[in-house]
Amino acid sequence: MKLSYYPGCTLYTKAKNLDLSARATSRELGVELIELPVWNCCGAVFSLASDNIINLSAPIRNLVRAKENGDSLVTICSGCYHALKRANRLVASDEEKRGKLNDFMEADYAGDVKVLHLLEVLRDVVGFEKIREKVKRDLSALNAAPYYGCLLLRPEKELEFDDPENPHILEDFLASIGVAVVDHPFKTECCGAYLAIVHDDVARDCSYRIIQSARNNLADVLVTSCPLCHYNLDYNQIKLAKDHRGFRKIPVVYFTQLLALTLGMDESELGFDLHHIDPRPILAEKLT
Amino acid sequence: MASTMRIRVSSRTVHSKWVDKISELSDQNLLSCYQCGKCSAGCPVVGAMDVLPNQVIRLVQLGLEEELARSKTPWICASCFMCHARCPKGVDIAKVMEAIRQVILRTRVDWVKVEELSQDVISEAPQMGIVAGLRKYTS
Repeated sequence: MKLSYYPGCTLYTKAKNLDLSARATSRELGVELIELPVWNCCGAVFSLASDNIINLSAPIRNLVRAKENGDSLVTICSGCYHALKRANRLVASDEEKRGKLNDFMEADYAGDVKVLHLLEVLRDVVGFEKIREKVKRDLSALNAAPYYGCLLLRPEKELEFDDPENPHILEDFLASIGVAVVDHPFKTECCGAYLAIVHDDVARDCSYRIIQSARNNLADVLVTSCPLCHYNLDYNQIKLAKDHRGFRKIPVVYFTQLLALTLGMDESELGFDLHHIDPRPILAEKLT
Repeated sequence: MASTMRIRVSSRTVHSKWVDKISELSDQNLLSCYQCGKCSAGCPVVGAMDVLPNQVIRLVQLGLEEELARSKTPWICASCFMCHARCPKGVDIAKVMEAIRQVILRTRVDWVKVEELSQDVISEAPQMGIVAGLRKYTS
């Protein structure tokens, strides 16, 4: 099965590991992610001001192009998913804004492309049961703490992704690949997001609480789908280790990397060299 | 916000153009907030704020523009939407924070200068984080 794919800017560069592992695992599971021939930045954030119609043109332009290639668009980065899905929903529900945007872009788009996160594709198109059958390597000794962050879950009514307070799609996914799931109370708390670029001390505090929460619940790794969460949780540990006596580092991995390993793929193609806290030692220890 | 802070409320501030602007840009009914404080209780960055999220709503209700212009709270908000998810009255506080930022940014007053971003951030942070931050902090 072929699905249109929107990688977004970060998956082409800093989160190349997420892109590589997503494309390879999808192919292995019978889903070909076809990158949109032309795409632009989604805007990284959804415009919250009511009059910012012009900022909707970036995400909607991508959806107009997706419409030329099919009726859905798959993305993986939580930021892209959030921006594309909310903009799409707004265009579908607000006639005035839809009209203005279409006039501006010389398009005729109704907001009818389905924006899908890869986790939804794995659950609804491939099926977690089918993934379970395809698992070749045992990673059941690995205690993995799912981390959702904000952008996949909230606002619930617009994203309709999962329960905002008690989500379970990542848990269900991890269970399907045979990983031991660690529940922890900070899985839906913010990592500090873009505060990292200016108020990095505030972002670091957020990351510290999440890491401690996972560690205190005996997790070996944190699992995420967002490059910004990954940066905050992973890179911040270098400084956190200096600031907090007895701080124990924890690797942060993308869900697609764990999927690739359990499907028997070679770790050399998964971009682990891009991580600041190397997950390879713990993964090698737990993978049989 | 110091608990002893003296504030002057008048019909002029409560019905100011600034209140109308925040209300319109955020598209929120600001008077529906009844100060339960769940937004501040759930906010992950409240410890770094000088005005709590529920107090922000109250200051906007009262039209106290100056107090909010001096506050760093709207710039500490990470737009994580936890406040909105937990508000019993459905107030989207992230949109109110955005409106406060936008009113300031639209006078060409930026919260950060791009050239002052640290080399560390430029070389290590993901593109989406830098773009997101600059969209929140610059005009």
